[in-house]
Amino acid sequence: MINAVGRDIPDYLLTDGREVYQGRNYKDGQYIKKASPTVKRGEKPMESKICETIREACERCGAHDGMTFSFHTEFRDGDYVAAMVCKVLVEEMGLKDLHVAATSLGSAQDIFADYMERGIIIEAQTSGVRGRIGEVISAGKLKKPAIIRSHGGRPRAVEAGEVHIDIAFLAAATSDSCGNAKGQGGKNNCGSMGFANHDARYADHTVIITDTLVPFPNLPSSISCIDVDAVCVVDAIGDPKKIATKEARMTDNPRELMMAQNVANVIVATPYFKDGFSFQTGVGGPSLAVNRFLEEHMKKAGIKMSFALGGTSSAICALQDKGYVDYILDTQDFDQGAAAHLFSNPHHIEIDLSEYANAANKGAYVNKLDYVVLSALEIDTKFNVNVITGSDGVLRGAPGGHPDTAAGSKCCIIVTPLTRGRMATVCKDVVTVTTPGECVDVLVTDYGIAVNPARQDIIECLNKAGIKHVTIESLQEKAYSLVGEPDLLEWEDKVVAIVEARDGTILDVVRQVKPYEYED
Amino acid sequence: MLIKNSAVAGTLESSDAQVTIEPGNGLELNIQSSVLNQYGRQIKAAVLETLNRLEVTNAKVTVIDKGALDCTLKARVECAVYRSCDQSASNIPWGGIIK
Repeated sequence: MINAVGRDIPDYLLTDGREVYQGRNYKDGQYIKKASPTVKRGEKPMESKICETIREACERCGAHDGMTFSFHTEFRDGDYVAAMVCKVLVEEMGLKDLHVAATSLGSAQDIFADYMERGIIIEAQTSGVRGRIGEVISAGKLKKPAIIRSHGGRPRAVEAGEVHIDIAFLAAATSDSCGNAKGQGGKNNCGSMGFANHDARYADHTVIITDTLVPFPNLPSSISCIDVDAVCVVDAIGDPKKIATKEARMTDNPRELMMAQNVANVIVATPYFKDGFSFQTGVGGPSLAVNRFLEEHMKKAGIKMSFALGGTSSAICALQDKGYVDYILDTQDFDQGAAAHLFSNPHHIEIDLSEYANAANKGAYVNKLDYVVLSALEIDTKFNVNVITGSDGVLRGAPGGHPDTAAGSKCCIIVTPLTRGRMATVCKDVVTVTTPGECVDVLVTDYGIAVNPARQDIIECLNKAGIKHVTIESLQEKAYSLVGEPDLLEWEDKVVAIVEARDGTILDVVRQVKPYEYED
Repeated sequence: MLIKNSAVAGTLESSDAQVTIEPGNGLELNIQSSVLNQYGRQIKAAVLETLNRLEVTNAKVTVIDKGALDCTLKARVECAVYRSCDQSASNIPWGGIIK
């Protein structure tokens, strides 16, 4: 069935009430019954929940064949815990038919790729896929298609009972013996635990894994001891230096800085730029750099932000310290500066992914967002964005909060270079739709700015401010004139991943990649 | 042109291509590319067009492409060919078959 972004979704996927994407706000106002976890009573007084080994914790929580386990990826590429736990489940306990529910999957979980190839992990649900895991899934090695959900889509699916987590293994910088846990104060800190605390409340069992045990009670905490079954102490939970990888960097590239400057100019030209506005940036080089340019504009206008949302960098913390940002509502810290800054300013606050972006609660923070600045692997002439598949069709990206913030915000700005090497970023049709074009308002590239024709109000603002803009078709033509028109990718029939829209409908599917052959 | 020796041109940097030419019987082409799925056909066409223009009929050509544009590919192939004929120092026909 063809959905609202023109993608053909195979009918056999449309079971159990699953629908194809119908458009923004399609399910607004509907009622939903929340799922609830089945928990083991801790009635008898217990001094401590500490287990000597991860295996002992797994046994206490009833780890079994066919179970779903989850973990958070606040340590990004520096995470040790997911691989450590999975090794115990597979190598020590010999479990099979495992389901993974992750906030992301990347190089830190490379060992999962082996287990997928061996048929031990049979399903993956995640908000991002990078590295070898992406290659293995794209090669069709999983028994069931992977499900790619946004950061808001994940808690939606958990609350709807579509994902039922048997055991959540949650890395925490500090914990006490009963499981009051947080991302700060330990040997290795990740800052916000926004990816983790929702799991702790919805999983049947929660295991806290820490390298820094502190005296009871470890308060205030991100995870409450009432949600924790077991605590494990290990040598190290992760390497915080690897949180800031190339996906989260501060650019000194003049081309990216120019784009960032143009993004700031667009922001200033629109009516939402007034005292008390709200703002979020992604982690791409140019989007992160926008923070720098906003400061002078705010100073000049004599205004400040009411809140900055989502993933947090040192740049936005510095703006808060200078008095330009009232609140930072933090789901994830992109660098050590931001991780340390959390709570040090009482207005720098941790929020979980449901509060952040879930379309099925009573109103997430993204709904109050004025501006979001995001990057893209590809954007097509319908403004549809792809942030999940590369130009070879292989899974190598992460929607994260992209679709949620684009849908919730009043003005969603995509900033990306026109071409990357030989790849046309602005193209006729994206390989995979991860954010629908109806949610994207402005595109800023190094070759010009384009506004979604649906936003005539923004076009008028830019005209009034004397900011030049062109059609997105002319940017796409410029890109193809530089790099040539790309051939269409060749796919097998097998669906290897389902890209779920934030409301739970199917936005697109990713099929198995066909090995490239020359036609002679 | 007759390929006398093995020669290399280009690098493995992003947006470049490394072209290796060796003596051979007939044309043997091996292309690896980071953008093979979308541009394999065009890369092959650019390399063959250049070899054809230089009248290279016997050679083993290996291209490791890192997303080079056609103009870069052509320049790397031309350079490798002339290096393999020991002509790259003085006898390049600028304005002739090298446009």
